[in-house]
Amino acid sequence: MDLSSLQPSVLSYLAVSTLMFVLGMIGVLSRKNGIVIFMCIELMLNAVNLSLVTFSKLHDNATGSMMVFFVMCVAAAEAVVGLSIFIALFRNKLDIDINSVNIFKW
Amino acid sequence: MEAGLQTILFWFFAILGIGGGVGLIFNRNPVYSALCLILNFFSISGLYLSLNAEFLAAIQILVYAGAIMVLFLFVIMLLNLSEEKGILDLTPTRLLSLLLGIVLVVELLYVFREFADDSVKGPFAFGKVEPLGQMLMTEYLFPFEMISVILLSALIGAILIARKYSYTDN
Repeated sequence: MDLSSLQPSVLSYLAVSTLMFVLGMIGVLSRKNGIVIFMCIELMLNAVNLSLVTFSKLHDNATGSMMVFFVMCVAAAEAVVGLSIFIALFRNKLDIDINSVNIFKW
Repeated sequence: MEAGLQTILFWFFAILGIGGGVGLIFNRNPVYSALCLILNFFSISGLYLSLNAEFLAAIQILVYAGAIMVLFLFVIMLLNLSEEKGILDLTPTRLLSLLLGIVLVVELLYVFREFADDSVKGPFAFGKVEPLGQMLMTEYLFPFEMISVILLSALIGAILIARKYSYTDN
């Protein structure tokens, strides 16, 4: 089989990244479970990381790779704080359906 | 990396990764969603490998698939969540989000079309540990130190927020 016609270009990687980002976006906008929404945000962060690495390779520049490194660190911190918020929420409401979290609504 | 191997790696992990993303948003049970997300993280790590970014591929598995997703699974099992109902109902919000998603895909692919001829073949100097570590200790020293402060404050914040406390104490 001739693989040269299937050789991925920069556009192929960016297309995969775009599709993952949009899947995450649709998940954030349409799911009700708070933790699933949170996981969709992680998916979007990863999609952006993939495009950053692709551009870093395209331009042979380290800035994109360093940015991915820092995004991973901040995502870890964000995951910890977010999940602890959900635990605190679950203690008070016994549910993390985001439609029931409207105590600030007036 | 050899061109044929790169092609095979790319298509395998691209399909696996998008499949994981679809599984994430279409599973009723949050545990299955989390497992699909782990699949997605592993495939993104494979895509990094096909771009010769070995360090980031290793970090992706260690930090995301290893640490963050274990935390997610732990919290999901701790909370004992019920399955979400009516996940495939086409409410107006979902219709709008689907429409927005399609518009965003078309728009981004239109913007990215000029990269169709750019190749990702060849070596990648910053995929290895050594040059990245060197930059981390010189050019990016201040952000690197700030990251440790962020991680420490996240640690303290998480303990404070998730702590069990009642107003009748003291």
